[in-house]
Amino acid sequence: MKEKPDVLQGTLALMVLKTLDALGPQHGYGIARRIEQISGDVLAVNQGTLYPLLLKLEHEGSIVSQWGASENNRRARFYRLTAAGRKQLQTETRDWEQTAAIIARFFEVKAEDLA
Amino acid sequence: MRVLRRFLVRLLNFATRQSADQRIREEMAEHVALQTEENLRAGMSPAEARRQAALKFGAADAIREQHHAEHSIPLIENLLFDLRYAVRMLLRSPGFSFIVIATMALGIGATTAIYSVIDATLLHPLPYPHPSELVRIEANLPGVGAHDVGFSIPELRDLRNSGIFQYVSFCFFGTDTLTGSGQPTRIAGGTVTPSYFAVLGVDAQLGRTFDPHDASPGSNGEVVISDGLWKRAFGADPHILSKSIRIDNDLFHVVGVMPASFRDQGQTSEQVSTELWAADGFSDRAPPMRGSRLVYETIARLQPGLSPEAAQGHLDALVASLKKQYPADYPPQAEWTFHLTPLAETLVGNVRQSLILLFGAVGLVLLISCVNVANLLLARASARGREMAMRQALGAARMRLIRQLFTESLLLFVLGGITGFAVLFCGRKFLLQFVPESLPHLNDISISWGVLAFAIVVSVAAGTIFGLAPAWLTSRLNLTATLRQEGRGSSGSRRRSRLRHVLVIGELALSLMLMVAAGLLLRSFWDLFRVQLGFNPTRVMAIETSLPNPNDPSTDIYRTATQESVFLREALRRIRTLPGVEEAAVSDRTAIPLGHSQNDRRIIPLLREGPEAQSSQPPLIDTSIVSPEYFHLLGMTLLRGRLFVDQDLEATPLVAVINQAAARMYWPGKDGKGEDPVGKRVRLLGRLGRARPEWTTIVGVIADARTESLADAGTPQIYLDIYQRPAKFLAFYLRGQVDPATISAQVRTQVQAVDAELPVFHAETLNDVLSSSLSVRRFSMEMVALFAATALLLAALGIYGTISYLVNEQTREIAIRLALGAQRSNILKMVLRQGLSLAGAGAAAGLVGALIVSRLMAGLLYGVSPTDLTTFAGVTIVLAAVALAASTIPALRAMRLDPITTLHSE
Repeated sequence: MKEKPDVLQGTLALMVLKTLDALGPQHGYGIARRIEQISGDVLAVNQGTLYPLLLKLEHEGSIVSQWGASENNRRARFYRLTAAGRKQLQTETRDWEQTAAIIARFFEVKAEDLA
Repeated sequence: MRVLRRFLVRLLNFATRQSADQRIREEMAEHVALQTEENLRAGMSPAEARRQAALKFGAADAIREQHHAEHSIPLIENLLFDLRYAVRMLLRSPGFSFIVIATMALGIGATTAIYSVIDATLLHPLPYPHPSELVRIEANLPGVGAHDVGFSIPELRDLRNSGIFQYVSFCFFGTDTLTGSGQPTRIAGGTVTPSYFAVLGVDAQLGRTFDPHDASPGSNGEVVISDGLWKRAFGADPHILSKSIRIDNDLFHVVGVMPASFRDQGQTSEQVSTELWAADGFSDRAPPMRGSRLVYETIARLQPGLSPEAAQGHLDALVASLKKQYPADYPPQAEWTFHLTPLAETLVGNVRQSLILLFGAVGLVLLISCVNVANLLLARASARGREMAMRQALGAARMRLIRQLFTESLLLFVLGGITGFAVLFCGRKFLLQFVPESLPHLNDISISWGVLAFAIVVSVAAGTIFGLAPAWLTSRLNLTATLRQEGRGSSGSRRRSRLRHVLVIGELALSLMLMVAAGLLLRSFWDLFRVQLGFNPTRVMAIETSLPNPNDPSTDIYRTATQESVFLREALRRIRTLPGVEEAAVSDRTAIPLGHSQNDRRIIPLLREGPEAQSSQPPLIDTSIVSPEYFHLLGMTLLRGRLFVDQDLEATPLVAVINQAAARMYWPGKDGKGEDPVGKRVRLLGRLGRARPEWTTIVGVIADARTESLADAGTPQIYLDIYQRPAKFLAFYLRGQVDPATISAQVRTQVQAVDAELPVFHAETLNDVLSSSLSVRRFSMEMVALFAATALLLAALGIYGTISYLVNEQTREIAIRLALGAQRSNILKMVLRQGLSLAGAGAAAGLVGALIVSRLMAGLLYGVSPTDLTTFAGVTIVLAAVALAASTIPALRAMRLDPITTLHSE
């Protein structure tokens, strides 16, 4: 139970950034929906943890936000990626891909390959 | 960096907490609303739609709180909560708060007041740049018991060329007479070598100071004046630098005006407020021989970075090499040495001990205040036992409770400190009146930022030390027992009551120590006050004048004793005609009994006829120059021989009168029984108005009188006849029924009728002189007595509070005893016994402490032993009586208890 949020925190931030990069300005619900659509049940529960994360990313300067109107004319806060956020996304994407590639290679290795 | 950044973000969050939290809350609500809408569209019932949305969202409040804890500073937040709660508690029991704050205000206010005096005198005595480089140099001859013998011109040159100092300066302070316009005014003036201001490191605000490399042998005709004199006497004339002024009939050129903030260095307030400095090379005042020393104060500025200890080492080396080079001038038995003292230390020497004593005394008062407050806090702790138990039962952590209690007591202490400081700040003018004028740096005493910082630090430190323990003990309780015990006083308080007893005992001990100190000082003062003076100061008035002291002797109209005696006789004749005057006399001002500071004495080498007539290191003796009437006017008794008579004139053989102490010391006789000094001849070296020291015959011996110091009867003295040896700084004495308010003007008229150029000033009755010579002693005695009284009061309150508390705790027990038939007097005895046992323990501890304290202050005592039995016994009895009285009130209350009502109410 305790480890899951940690992993989630790291990957969730990347997911948020990627979502904003792909879809442009979005409100929190939109981001949550998008992540849910793609990742399945990562955010099935505890969607609420998204909001502290958004606040944190905003404090770090990766995203900015402002109030606006949603599709069905409700008041909602829209988040947008900043230049710094885009750079962070690139860096983290690269890091992630490297890590994933390394892990993937480990999984591909079979005992006879090392002999 | 990262940590810092995170902290800053947290701090920012702390400030903007409300808005961030608000925002998250809104967004979360929005999210749930959108989800609900979507669920509705998916065909759920409204209730189900909301439920599913909330489920999917997760625990919104928990998420918010976690975020909050991560991104803010809970410590400060809790502190604010605690503070708010503390203020509420404080307002809820205003009586308690008032007593605690007032007690602390008293303790911290008094401590801060004494600290402000110490700050000005002991800590910052020198308002000059790099004060640690300033030193005073003394030459001593310990081999012949001579101290501070001065320097000869070659020695001064050696010091200057030694490379140890940046600058070395001679200086001496006296009074100068400024003539020209209106009344001749007498001002405090200094004569200094041109390097003086370079030593102090201060520059003029207008013009310049002296050129430190000026090598004129005598006066170079330049003076620097103070800002005050410039404004007062010259109307702040901007063209003052082009003008000349006349001082003691000499013309001087004003080269500079010192800044308004400049104050001279010196031990007396008179010296500190010097208003005029004349440059003088001093080298024409003595022949350039190593043996001809000039006794002037010598100050110097060390080379930067040289410590006084290192400089002393260099000086010792210099002395050794000079001794080798000039063995004839520095005989080994004289043990000629230089001694270097940081200037700051020499300036406050004589009051240092008194001030430290006062600070110690006030520190004890502060300690007692703190103990008292800690005691009150503990007393309240038992009243709040239930509250604490309830909080703990509801899940408050112990640390959290301690923190809250601690915040409460710290708040009380700090409020007390602020109150004390505020009272001190408002009353500073009023309080300063009580400080004796003779205290050096009186004018520098101020309530500065440093003093404020001191008050805050003391409050916080006291609050921490004395607030933490009660907080600790209050929060430590047995939950179930306390909760079950419904207001019956808590049984878990045994540890607390033991601590309370210790505190009260400590309080009593500390106040006993203070009272012993006050008692000893009081007895010393009383003894000094009632000491046999050896002269009679009643109805005697001294009024000073000074004759001009021009640099060129040929312009001096009072050069010889005969010239001066014409003036003196005429002035005395005129003064005797004034209404009410019965007798009149004149002397030089060093002969005013007790009327001058230690460094104003005229101390001259005394050479006895006989084998030691050629000694190069004769003993030194206090010398006074007086008119024949002086002894009779002051009621001094002649023991042997004769006094001066009118036939002793400049042309007749020189005569002198000595006191018994001098006779004992210098003519002890072969078998130590003493030989008759009358008829013996001595030579007095030094400048006594004669170029060549001549043989002086001792004609009489008078009884010892305490004219030098009240505490010391036996200072050897030699008196010379003013009609044989002229003096410049004079004091007229008048005995009779005169009005002190008008006499000064009357004497001035008479003196100026003889010479219109003379200033007449400083009229004082000898009784005033006497009492001001006791002023510092009186001040410290009164202050210590005041502190002791305060301490006693606080201790009485402490013991009263403790016994009341004990009685409260034992109400039930007492009621049962009464119900079972105990005598009421037994109850009274029981309670009183508790009070007395506390007092006994306190007195025992206090007596031990008092023995230590009294030994430390032995130097301030006079005529009373530090272990004076009467004082110790008297003080102990007073303390016991007060403790008894303080416990009687609760004891009576216990005795009158009605057992029925008490037991019913339980």
